[in-house]
Amino acid sequence: MNNMRHMMNPLDFSVSELEDLFDVANDIENNMEAYAHKCDGKLLATCFYEPSTRTRLSFETAMLRLGGKCLGFADASNSSAAKGESVADTIRVISCFADICAMRHPKEGAPMVAAANSSIPVINAGDGGHQHPTQTLTDLLTIRSLHGKLGDFTIGLCGDLKFGRTVHSLINALTRYEGINFIFVSPKELRVPDYITEMLNAKGIAYEEVIKLEEVMPKLDFLYMTRVQKERFFNEEDYIRLRNFYILDEAKMTLAKEKMHILHPLPRVNEIAVEIDKDPRAAYFKQVQYGLYVRMALILTLLNMTDAHMNEGLLK
Amino acid sequence: MLNIGKIEEGFVLDHIQAGKGMQIYNHLGLNKLDSTVAIIKNAKSKVMGKKDILKVECDIDTLNLDILAFIDHNITVNVIKAGEIIEKRALVLPKEITNVIRCHNPRCISSIEQGLPQVFYLADEKNEVYRCKYCDEKYTEGDASKN
Repeated sequence: MNNMRHMMNPLDFSVSELEDLFDVANDIENNMEAYAHKCDGKLLATCFYEPSTRTRLSFETAMLRLGGKCLGFADASNSSAAKGESVADTIRVISCFADICAMRHPKEGAPMVAAANSSIPVINAGDGGHQHPTQTLTDLLTIRSLHGKLGDFTIGLCGDLKFGRTVHSLINALTRYEGINFIFVSPKELRVPDYITEMLNAKGIAYEEVIKLEEVMPKLDFLYMTRVQKERFFNEEDYIRLRNFYILDEAKMTLAKEKMHILHPLPRVNEIAVEIDKDPRAAYFKQVQYGLYVRMALILTLLNMTDAHMNEGLLK
Repeated sequence: MLNIGKIEEGFVLDHIQAGKGMQIYNHLGLNKLDSTVAIIKNAKSKVMGKKDILKVECDIDTLNLDILAFIDHNITVNVIKAGEIIEKRALVLPKEITNVIRCHNPRCISSIEQGLPQVFYLADEKNEVYRCKYCDEKYTEGDASKN
């Protein structure tokens, strides 16, 4: 296939290419019916070497909503990997069956190895603690859709900013846009890694680091919550002292702007009180919906099917 | 003291950190050359105390010397013609290095995938930072031994 592309890292696409992708995703949001047969006869292989129900279902739903079909495995024990087959050989075989592949693998860089040996587009559906590009695309599309554009807002990232790959990837992706202020809210043990702050300093991008969410709540246009796991703390005393700082409840929400949006990559445990779910500012389930639209748009884009769509969908 | 004569045509790699001469010999593939190669180990040096030197009688442009800067950027490269130094080449860090160092991130695909080359890319030239092409793990000398 000529001009075949893969999705390994959100930065693989230029800002303008991402805008095109998000335009398609928003068009899907508004004209879902028009896309119901775009991928008739196409097959998506979901190769999940480790379980991830939500991501796999989102990919499979995306293909089914486009009229295509899905095949694959949800666990390495059900694949040839259990017999010791290499990733390179697996994708060569999958390339003979399917038109596009979404791969999740516990080893970092495995989807890149697959892409290098594939004759069909490969989407990285998460590789260990390394990249999860479709989560970042989901976050970007959600922000763009709720704010109207990617730029000119203040985002607070709260919780475990040290180990959270979705946070690192989102910060990286957002540095390509103008007018974004970052506020990092975390205990000092879980602050954002130095390489991120060094990167922001080098690019001259402003950021603040604070420990208490309440201090910065009134400034935020977006609040991106993540889970703070007890085992990440060095001692239980610190955990008990700090855990409530990172639980979003009604009291903290009284400090927030009326139009602030709460995002979360999910699954949520207890870092957002269930009472917040009915708050119109809670956007985390809407975010899941945008994840579906962006995966549909990505499948169409990587299959080079957006041109056909543009004539009938966006421009109709 | 052992004396090795001048070469007429070729190049001399000087100021190699003592003990690294053989490593460079292997990385440059000098064992595959039909030319004369002299490896001088632990030569006396006023600046370094002791150093290794390689003298190679072949056209310098037939070899890829990029890897030298990664291994030791203090190495000096002298191009010799008619027994005289006609050029001192500056070393430039290679953009990518293959099968010179290994990624020691146990979560990296390169730890299990058969036949996968170990590839690192230059992520930060100023600070000489290389990262694994697959997992982006930073290479830190001491974490992984250079082959």
